[in-house]
Amino acid sequence: MEITFIEIKEFRQTMLVKRGEGFDFLREMVGMDWEKEGLGAIYILENSITREGVELAVRTTDREKPQIPTVSDIWYIAELYEREVFDFYGIEFTGHPDMRRLYLRNDWVGYPLRKDYDPSEAINPVRLESETKEEVHREYEIEEDRHLAEMVEKLKILHYDQYVINIGPQHPATHGVLRFRLALEGEEVRKVDIHCGYIHRGIEKLCESRTYPQTLAFTDRLDYLSAHQNRHALCMCIEKAMGLEVTDRVQYIRTIMDELQRIDSHLLMFSCLAMDMGAITSFIYGFREREKVLDIMEEVTGGRLIQNYNIIGGVQADITPGFASKVKEYCNDQKKRLKEYYDVFVNNVIFRNRAIGVGVLTLEDAISFGATGGTGRASGWACDVRKRHPYALYDKVEFKEILHTGGDSYCRLLVRLEEIVESIGIIEQLIDNIPEGDYKTKTKPIIKLPEGRFYAAVEGSRGEFGVFIESHGDKMPYRLKFRPMGVPLIAAAQKIMKGCKIADLITIGASLDYVIPDIDR
Amino acid sequence: MLDFTTITTAIDQYLHSVMPAPAATLTECAIVAICAIAAYLVFAIVMIFMERKVCAAFQCRLGPTRVGFWGILQVFADVFKMLIKEIIEIKRSDHILYNLAPFLVVMSSLITFCCLPFAQGLQVLDFNIGVFFIMAASSFGILGILLAGWSSNNKFSMIGAMRSGGQMISYELSVGLSILTLVVLSGTMQISEIVEIQTQGWFIVRGHIPAIIAFIIYIIAGNAETNRAPFDLPEAESELTAGFHTEYSGMGFGLFYVAEFMNMFIIAGIASALFLGGWAPLYIPGLESFNNAMCWIPGIVWFLGKTFFVIWLLMWIRWTFPRMRIDQVLVLEWKYLVPIGLLNLLIMTICVVMGWTL
Repeated sequence: MEITFIEIKEFRQTMLVKRGEGFDFLREMVGMDWEKEGLGAIYILENSITREGVELAVRTTDREKPQIPTVSDIWYIAELYEREVFDFYGIEFTGHPDMRRLYLRNDWVGYPLRKDYDPSEAINPVRLESETKEEVHREYEIEEDRHLAEMVEKLKILHYDQYVINIGPQHPATHGVLRFRLALEGEEVRKVDIHCGYIHRGIEKLCESRTYPQTLAFTDRLDYLSAHQNRHALCMCIEKAMGLEVTDRVQYIRTIMDELQRIDSHLLMFSCLAMDMGAITSFIYGFREREKVLDIMEEVTGGRLIQNYNIIGGVQADITPGFASKVKEYCNDQKKRLKEYYDVFVNNVIFRNRAIGVGVLTLEDAISFGATGGTGRASGWACDVRKRHPYALYDKVEFKEILHTGGDSYCRLLVRLEEIVESIGIIEQLIDNIPEGDYKTKTKPIIKLPEGRFYAAVEGSRGEFGVFIESHGDKMPYRLKFRPMGVPLIAAAQKIMKGCKIADLITIGASLDYVIPDIDR
Repeated sequence: MLDFTTITTAIDQYLHSVMPAPAATLTECAIVAICAIAAYLVFAIVMIFMERKVCAAFQCRLGPTRVGFWGILQVFADVFKMLIKEIIEIKRSDHILYNLAPFLVVMSSLITFCCLPFAQGLQVLDFNIGVFFIMAASSFGILGILLAGWSSNNKFSMIGAMRSGGQMISYELSVGLSILTLVVLSGTMQISEIVEIQTQGWFIVRGHIPAIIAFIIYIIAGNAETNRAPFDLPEAESELTAGFHTEYSGMGFGLFYVAEFMNMFIIAGIASALFLGGWAPLYIPGLESFNNAMCWIPGIVWFLGKTFFVIWLLMWIRWTFPRMRIDQVLVLEWKYLVPIGLLNLLIMTICVVMGWTL
């Protein structure tokens, strides 16, 4: 990956020009600490139509008060990405409307992903008292020279005279420990303020002190519903950097397992959406079939949820003898069962009334928020990595990219259900032709990547899952960044949830289908 | 058919013969109260068990199977667990109202329960304005729910209580209208008489089209009255955790739970009494031997059979449909059910006046 560094003074201008050239999708933003060369960020941009990409970076040598102009008005998603970078590197983005920490507590001392960060417990002891609420936005106003600014306190996030309720961190419908602070007016949601970080484990920081094979173990703790795809992405990125070619057999196994994982995740999404709407029977129906997928996975990988199957150069163990027949049996069964879902839930008049036209995410917003996966495709954005940048066997199999144009909760569910059919189609094309061969390529006991920056992406269960590695030739990554699938989704949620009813907020959340450990990492 | 009045009169006479009149009345009151509460609890237990098994059947599961044969003791285990749970005092809640609320809800449903005609003569309260009394008694359960939400000092509970206030008061109207339609058909408000008339044919048959429309409206509105899916917004667990009873633990929650189930029983009981003939056996004009055979089945079996059929219908709905949104719930009531109910009342009146009933 070739990165162009931009001078900080010309940064905003360049970004605006790039946006004007059609680079409307901010694929990834990576905060970086290059030690002597300064702090900065890498922006990976893509043109959503021509699919051509460009990688830009900016850095500042000021370690005391590093400041970079914001791009949050150019790409909406940058608002949360910049808060993340601010949280971990202390880079203040001038002009950003809401410069608060995203994951860590307000009273956290220091910026943990900086290389000179002191992790001693004396500085950040385990705090037992509650976090003080920050009710003010902090904004950095851009001055004439466009990169130096002073902090000003801006309007309150939520006023005390508003009826404020917390959805989460312990709430049955946030599907994990996410917290929405809502300002309500009757049943209507006036403002949404999202708090993340309740399950933040600092995986990216941990990876910097682990060898490459050791980093693999973290991936399935991110989005546990795309454990295979996550690990696939990391293995692919490392293999790409090493110049390692995996055998055909491995590609077949990986593709099939990825698709099984996708079916698993989509079934769960259907079930949970039904559950959040109170249709518990539909929930059980979805889980009944999901159980069969999990059984197959358990047999092959030994794990039902957290799967450690992909390794660098192949997979952990060969597929079991009865694998093909079991998968085929399951696929046939699933195709019949899908009709039941439509009968009992999708075509139900109450569900249709509650989902059609609710939480509409427009195409422009979807791209600007980088909301890939089923959510983006429900808005009509052809964002499938399997088609955009084919990997594994996806350029050899035939499948349709499901696109809907409604952008509402209903379309988001339809996309998922139709994708199950496509995934079954992919599996059926591959399952009979798994070639003989090694299930893993031998690698050296100590894996060192050449110097450079590498990015690999797969289509995870709910969007593009990317892995960015900056290697300085060591056996450990200098910087490893995962592109989360969930952050764009909650950023979009913050926008489309405004003005809806509480009940719709829950269904929109379920239809966006985010997984919290993936957001928090 | 067995008439329970003979038994009750016998007991009455016996009590009067052994003690003075006021004491006899007092004893009768006590016996009736104990019997009513016992029946209330027994039906609650039966229904909780039924709900589990029915829901399991709809969801391709088995339901409870381990405690006792076929899981029969599961409910008792649950009740026991509920009894030994700590009752948590909420800080800065209104203690009196907070503790009073579950009793109001149970009281309301217990009084309504007493109006049900279980069999000929087996009915605790039987006024000449019985239907009117049922409407009045059942509607003050809302008060308990509102108070529960208000006094728990919890914003979720508050939202749940406001939802239930809006929803239940609205749907009271439809329930009232559909019952009124039946009152027009029967010409009386006394429950026992209404059932008595139906020994010559159930109202849902005799009132044909308007009665069937009224029955459907009644089932929808009754479902909303009991706060069950698709109208379970006041306690929508995925939105408001548990709605108005979020802060209740132990038996406080238990009472709400029992009351919810018994409200369903009452709704089904009233449906069976007004529409399906209560304890009146199946009557087909012209088939005398068949009718005589039907009369051999005791009235209580008829009543419970019909009631549990309606309960099963309600459970089927509950375990199939997703939840509605509050604005949709109100739109359904005010824009559809109320106008249709009013029109239906008119049709029924015309039918009765013109003698077009069967």
